[in-house]
Formats: sequence, C-alpha cells, structure tokens
Amino acid sequence: MRDLVSEMARRITVNGLQIARNGTALLDVPHLTLSGPGPTLILGPNGAGKSLLLRCLHGLIAPDKGYVEQDGVPLNADHKARQAMVFQQPVLLRRSVAANLDFVLKRQGLQRVARKTRIADLLAQGGLDGKARQAARSLSGGEAQRLAILRALALDPDTLFLDEPTSALDPGATQVIERMILRASEGGVRIVMVTHDIGQARRLASDVVMMQGGHVVEHGDARQVLDDPKSDASRKYLAGGLVT
Amino acid sequence: MHGFAVEFNTAFTLILNGDPELWAIVLLSLKVSVFAVLISALIGMPVGAALAVARFPGRRVLIILMNALMGFPPVVVGLLVYLMLSRSGPLGVLELLYTPTAMIIAQVVLVTPIVAALTRQVVEMLAEEYSEQLRSLGVSRLASVPVLLWDARLALVTALLAGFGRAIAEVGAVIIVGGNINHVTRVMTTTIALETSKGNLALALALGAILIGIAIAVNAMVSTLSLRAEREGLRHA
Ligand SMILES: Nc1ncnc2c1ncn2[C@@H]1O[C@H](COP(=O)(O)OP(=O)(O)O)[C@@H](O)[C@H]1O
Ligand SMILES: [Mg+2]
Repeated sequence: MRDLVSEMARRITVNGLQIARNGTALLDVPHLTLSGPGPTLILGPNGAGKSLLLRCLHGLIAPDKGYVEQDGVPLNADHKARQAMVFQQPVLLRRSVAANLDFVLKRQGLQRVARKTRIADLLAQGGLDGKARQAARSLSGGEAQRLAILRALALDPDTLFLDEPTSALDPGATQVIERMILRASEGGVRIVMVTHDIGQARRLASDVVMMQGGHVVEHGDARQVLDDPKSDASRKYLAGGLVT
Repeated sequence: MHGFAVEFNTAFTLILNGDPELWAIVLLSLKVSVFAVLISALIGMPVGAALAVARFPGRRVLIILMNALMGFPPVVVGLLVYLMLSRSGPLGVLELLYTPTAMIIAQVVLVTPIVAALTRQVVEMLAEEYSEQLRSLGVSRLASVPVLLWDARLALVTALLAGFGRAIAEVGAVIIVGGNINHVTRVMTTTIALETSKGNLALALALGAILIGIAIAVNAMVSTLSLRAEREGLRHA
C-alpha cells in the first residue's frame, strides 16, 4: 500500500511542452509519462533537447507552453523541495567538502550533532572519507561529481535528476558514479538521468526516453528501446551513426 | 656635498629608536585608513552585492557611475569633501574640517567605489555560476547573497587590501580636508610632502621607508591570498 502511494507520488507527466527561441522550436513534447520506478535514462545526440527537458521537469525553466505534473498536480514548490539535481559540471561551493554537505543539511534544519553524523555517513557512502576538510574545488573531476551527488542525496530527495554526470569522466570514475546512482535507486530514489552514452543506458536504465531534434521519438522499456527500436531515429542513433 | 648619507642615517635612527613624533604620525595614518576601509566595506559590499544580484531599471547606469567613481582624482574628492564640510557647506555645523574624521570621510569616498565595484564584479560572476544550483537547492535570490559573499571572501579581502593601499598612500584629498596640522592631522603622506619642501629630509625619508614597507606588506598579503585561492580552486573567472 505504502509502495503504491510512493510510486504514485513519483509519476511525472509532461503535457504539451514547448520551448522556442527566435522562432525555432527547441523542445516539443506533446505527452510523456514517466511512471517509474526508474531509473529513467533520457538518451539522444547533442542538441536533442535533453537538458532542456530535464530542466523543465525540475522546474528550473518555465516552458513557453504546456506544463509538468507530479502526483497529478502541476509541479509546485513542495514537489521541487523533494527533488534534487546534479549538473554536467558539478557546481561546488568554494568551501570544504564537508561544508558543501553541511550547507544543505543546515537548510534542512538538522542540528549540529545530527549534521556531523550525517556528513560522515555521506562521505563514507561516496568514498570521500578523509577528504572532509579538503577544499571542494580542489577535488578531481570524479570526486567533485561524487560530492555533488552526495549533496543532492543529503536533501533526501524522492526524485534525483542528473544531467550527463559522467560525460567528463574516465571509465573508472564513471563506474563509481554509476554504482552510487544504482544504490540510490535501490534505496528508493527515483532517478531521471540524461546521457548520450548508449552503454550507460544499457547498464542503468529500466526505461529509456529517446530524444532527437527537440522531440521524444520513443519511450519504453529499456530492453525494448535499446534492442528493438521502433523509430528510424532511434535505430540510427543506436547504430552509432550521427543523427542530424 | 656629502650626498644624503647623513639624512639616511638620521632617518633610520628615527625609526629604530622609536621616535615618538614619527610613530604618532604612522599610528594616525593607520588609524585613519583602517577606519576608512572598514566603513567602506560596510557600505561597498552590500551595495556591490545588491548591484550584482538585483535587477532594476537604472542598474547599468549605477554600475558605470560606480566604475567611473573608482578612477576619480583624489584631489577633486578632497575638494568636494572640503566644500561639504566647510563652515558654509551643508555639513559645516558638524565642524569636522581639519579633523581626522574629515580625512576618514575623504578616504571613504575614495575607497568605497573600489570595494563596491570589485564586489559587484566578483559576486556577479559567482551568481552566474551558482544560479541554477542554488535555485535547485531552493535558495531564494535574497538568501543567495550571504552565500555568494562568503564564497567570494578571498576576492573581497583582496579588494579591501587594494582599498587600504589606495587610502594609506593617498595625499591630495587628506591634505585638503585634514590641513596637515601638527599632532592633529599629520599623516605619513602629508608629512612627507611638507617636510621635503622644508628640507627636513630625514623625517620624510623615515616615513617614506615605512610607507614602502606597508605597501610591500599589503602586496605580499594579496599575493599570498591569490596563491591560496589558486590552490583551493577559489578563483572566480
Ligand atoms: N537559452 C537558450 N537559448 C537558445 N537556445 C538554447 C538555449 N538553451 C538551449 N538551447 C538550444 O536548444 C537545443 C537543445 O539544447 P540542450 O537541451 O542543451 O541539448 P542536449 O540534448 O545536448 O542537452 C540546442 O540546440 C541548444 O543550442
Ligand atoms: Mg545537455
């Protein structure tokens, strides 16, 4: 019963979403339902509109037309407070590693002692123990992205959006991040993640949203979309050809 | 002609023996400029941060004005503050002319635009970088200001040091509003100007050496800060 409620609470619906700049349509998604439990991977070539869609889902961009719904109601402040986002380039505060986590925990209203414990937990979770006092901006790319993910998880989000979090990382660092994401997903966090990496979609996705030219060209079960794509655009992209 | 050997000798004796007149002048200089910088920080940082974060009509004009103020000739600032404080000026009743307070006011006028302009610049750059992340974390525009100021702390301290450097080395404005009165408003720069013209080179040289020492110390602090900024990835550009 509780599961049903929490699944319901993670149903994200897009209706008639449109974004245009200077007369060109950048995003045009008439209808899309992400019913979870995920992870949902949004896949497609550069410029397909993946980041724009993700920002709309998180409420960072207001679309020109259409709207995003969660739990059957238009995206509101309560929803956003239970969402978190990790960006392609991790945006870390110019403070220590621990202070980056403390910043969000303090905003959650946690007391000092509770915050300390939680920070230690999180750092261990991300393999950053021992780095608590290091300046966050002096971390390596992989460590920085791990910290960004930990900080997002510190919010206890029900939905975590990630925009190509591993696109600048080597395979080793990518693997560590993917493991963190899977663990969060198993812990009940709804994952919606953008990637242009087909292998990554194979490794992580339960459902795949295929995008091209501002459109969702296909959405379905990961195996089906990746192994037996229905649209030409998907087939071409998966075959490794450049979709233009 | 013995050159200036004697004067140099006397100058260093003055410094090393802790000549009370010399050190009184140094102390007053430091007091005036430190106060001026603190007041400038209190005015300049909020103004700079507001200009960086808020969006309102006339904002661009204000920024241009502030940048122009940064390069204002000190002598003219002195003249304007003089007019404000002189007996028939709007603030004449306060009788502040030829007091250390008048010098502080003049230096505040000189330093505040520097602090405000540099604050605006660095906070605006940070705000751009942080904007989406902070919004994603639910931090409002207003609540983002202390976050940005704190994360810009090294650059802000650098701005204050730059302001202090300008204040302590400046002569034109303080000589007009301070009057270089013995034991009251004589600071390092005005004393150097006066004593040199009187031919009392020893005192001028001693003060000059101390002023250079202060300038070097300020620059060393700026370099140390920027090295630290480099190491900790605190750069803003
Ligand atoms: N603020 C903007 N103004 C104009 N064009 C934009 C803006 N943001 C994104 N675009 C354009 O929208 C398209 C989709 O961008 P994006 O969602 O970032 O693609 P991607 O799938 O690579 O994440 C691109 O052609 C991009 O140039
Ligand atoms: Mg993108």
